[in-house]
Amino acid sequence: MLPDKHGRYGPYGGRFVPETLMPALLELEEAYRRISRDKEFKDEVAWYLKDYVGRPTPLYFARHLTEALGGPQIYIKREDLAHTGAHKINNTLGQGLLARRMGKKRIIAETGAGQHGVATATVAALLGQECDIFMGTEDIRRQRLNVIRMRLLGARVIPVESGSCTLKDAMNEAIRDWVTNVRHTHYVLGSVGGPHPYPMIVRDFQSVIGQEAKAQLHRVTGRLPQCLVACVGGGSNAMGLFHAFYQDPVRFVGVEAAGHGLKSGHHSATLVAGSTGVLHGAFSYLLQDPWGNIQEAHSLAPGLDYPGVGPEHSFFKDSGRAEYVAVTDKEALEGFQLLSETEGILPALESSHAVAYLKKLAPQYGPDDLIIVNLSGRGDKDVDAVAQALEVSGEAH
Amino acid sequence: MKRIDATFKRLKKRGEKALIPFITAGDPDLATTKALALEMAEKGADLLELGIPFSDPLADGPTIQAASCRALKVGTHLQEVLKLAGELRQETEIPLILMGYYNPILQYGLEHTAQEARRLGVDGFIIPDLPLEEAGPWRKAAVAAGLATIFLAAPTSGAARITKAGRLTRGFLYYVSVTGITGARQALPADLVAALKEVRSLVKCPLAVGFGISTPDQVKGLAPYVDGVVVGSAIVQRVAILQGPELIKEVGEFIASLKEPLRGK
Ligand SMILES: Cc1ncc(COP(=O)(O)O)c(C=O)c1O
Repeated sequence: MLPDKHGRYGPYGGRFVPETLMPALLELEEAYRRISRDKEFKDEVAWYLKDYVGRPTPLYFARHLTEALGGPQIYIKREDLAHTGAHKINNTLGQGLLARRMGKKRIIAETGAGQHGVATATVAALLGQECDIFMGTEDIRRQRLNVIRMRLLGARVIPVESGSCTLKDAMNEAIRDWVTNVRHTHYVLGSVGGPHPYPMIVRDFQSVIGQEAKAQLHRVTGRLPQCLVACVGGGSNAMGLFHAFYQDPVRFVGVEAAGHGLKSGHHSATLVAGSTGVLHGAFSYLLQDPWGNIQEAHSLAPGLDYPGVGPEHSFFKDSGRAEYVAVTDKEALEGFQLLSETEGILPALESSHAVAYLKKLAPQYGPDDLIIVNLSGRGDKDVDAVAQALEVSGEAH
Repeated sequence: MKRIDATFKRLKKRGEKALIPFITAGDPDLATTKALALEMAEKGADLLELGIPFSDPLADGPTIQAASCRALKVGTHLQEVLKLAGELRQETEIPLILMGYYNPILQYGLEHTAQEARRLGVDGFIIPDLPLEEAGPWRKAAVAAGLATIFLAAPTSGAARITKAGRLTRGFLYYVSVTGITGARQALPADLVAALKEVRSLVKCPLAVGFGISTPDQVKGLAPYVDGVVVGSAIVQRVAILQGPELIKEVGEFIASLKEPLRGK
C-alpha cells in the first residue's frame, strides 16, 4: 500500500521542509509505525471513538432526498453527528493520543473553518495538553462561533495576518511555530496534506469513516455502493470515506469548491483547475501563478478555502481512480437548502458542496443504485454566512 | 562554484573569516538591490546571498516575510533575479548565491534554472525547503551546471545527518544557529559555540553559521568557530525603513562593522 518509503504516492507527496523539521518528521514516522501497531493504543483509540466521539456515526438512508433527486438511493454518512460536529475529531483524537505517547506536552494546529481547531482544542482539553491554534484573521471573522468554542475549551487562538489571512497562511504560521518548538510540540495537521507522514497518518485515522460505511451499507443492503461522494478541501473526509473501498469496483467523486466559478479565478478547485508543484511540504496539485507563487483560493466554505490538496488525491486524479469536479458557492447554497428542507439536516457549507453535486450525479443512476455521500460536518457554524447569502432574517418581523 | 571555493581558500590563507550578507532581491526594487549588493561587496562582504521572493516563505520570520512581500508587490520573480545576478557579474567577481524556496525553481524548470544561473554567473543555491532526502533531482541539474548546492544543518539534525550534509554540500555547510525561523535576535542560544565545535569535528568543508545574527559583537563571538557568518534580517530591517543614498550608506557602514571582527589579526 502507498505511500512508498519516501512518502510518495506515485510522484506526489514527499517531505519538502526545512532541515530543522526533518528529524521530527522521521521521529513521527517511526513513532507512528510502532505505536499504531500496538494493541493497547488501538484499543485506546477505539474506546475514545466509541464512548467519547459517539462512533459509529449513522449511515442514514435519506428517503426524502432520494425522492427529491429521483434517481439512485442516497445514503448519508453522518459525520456531522460526531462529537464537535465534523469528521475532524477522528484525526485529532488519534494524533492527540499519539502525541501523548510520544511525550509531547503541547499541540498546535492550523484551522480554516475552525472545525479542525475546535476538534484539536477538544482533544487537548480531554488529554490535558497545552494547545495553540493558528487561524487567519479573515476566517476568525467568518467563523466567530468556532473561535469562541476554542477559547472556551482552553486553547489560545493565534490570529494570522499574513497573505490572504486564511487557511494557507495559518498553516505557514503553524509550521513556523513547529520549527521553533519542535522538541516538545506536536503539530496536529488537519488534513491529508503536508509532508510525509501526515497524509498517511491522517488518512489512516479518517479511514474509520469508510470502514463503518461499508459495513453499515452491507448490513442493510448486502451490497457495495455504486458511488461515493465527498467534498475536498485538503481531502481528509473524502480520503477517509474512499479508502476502505480502494480495491472495490466503486466510483469515487471528490467535489471541490468552484467559488465564483472556475473562469472567475476566485475558486479553490485545486485538482480540477490547478497544476503541480510544492506547497507545505508536499508535491501535489496546487493553485499558483506562472512564477510558482501560491495563489489565494476562494470559497464561501472556509474549510475548502485552500490552494493545495493532499498528494494521494493527486495520485488518484492522475491514475483515474477518483474523479474530481467542482461546484460553485451558489450551487453549494442550493445544496445546503436542499438537505435542510428535505431531511431536516443543516449541512456544513463544505459538505453542502458534496450534496449539491448529487443533483448532477442522480440522473446517471437508476433506482437500484446506491450512493453514499459524506456529510463531513454540521452547518451550525455557517448559519450566519448562509443567512446573509440567502437573505434569511433573524429579526422578529 | 569555483569562486566560492577560491574565496574560502583565500580567506583561510589570510586568517580571515567570510561575511555573507543576505538581502531579498527586488526589495524594494531591483535597482536598489543592485546598488546594495555592489556597496556590500565594496565594504567587506565576501559572498552575497540574494533571496528569491516567494509567497509562502515558511522558514522565514516576519522581517524576511515582509521583504518577500515588498519584492512580490513590484513583480519580482526568478527570471528577474537571475538577470540581476548577471548584471552584478559584469561588475564584480564576488560569489553570488541565490536563496529561494523550491516551488519557483521547480516551475521555472530545474535544468533551465541551473543552466541560466550558470550562464549568468551565479555560483550556488540555498533552497531552505529542500532537505537532503528530496534534493536528488535538483542536485543533478546543479552538478551538471557546475553550481554549488549549499545544504543546511540545524540544532535538531544530530551527528549522522550533519555528517551526511557535510558530505553532500558544496561550497560550504550552512549551520542554522537556532531551532527556529529567520529573524534578528538579541541573544543567540547559549550552547551555540559547543554546537559549532561539534559540527566542525564532523565535517571537512567550510562552515558558515546564520539565522538571528545581527550585531558585530555576536559576529566576533562566533568567528573563531566558523569559516563564515551569514547576516540577513538585520540588514533587511534597514532596507525596510531607509531609502536612497541614506540606505546605501547605512548598509555599507553596517557591513564594514560586521566584517571588522572577521578580519585576520
Ligand atoms: C465540515 C468540514 N468538511 C470538510 C472540510 C474540508 O477538509 P477535508 O477536505 O480535509 O475533509 C472541513 C475543513 O475544515 C470541514 O470543517
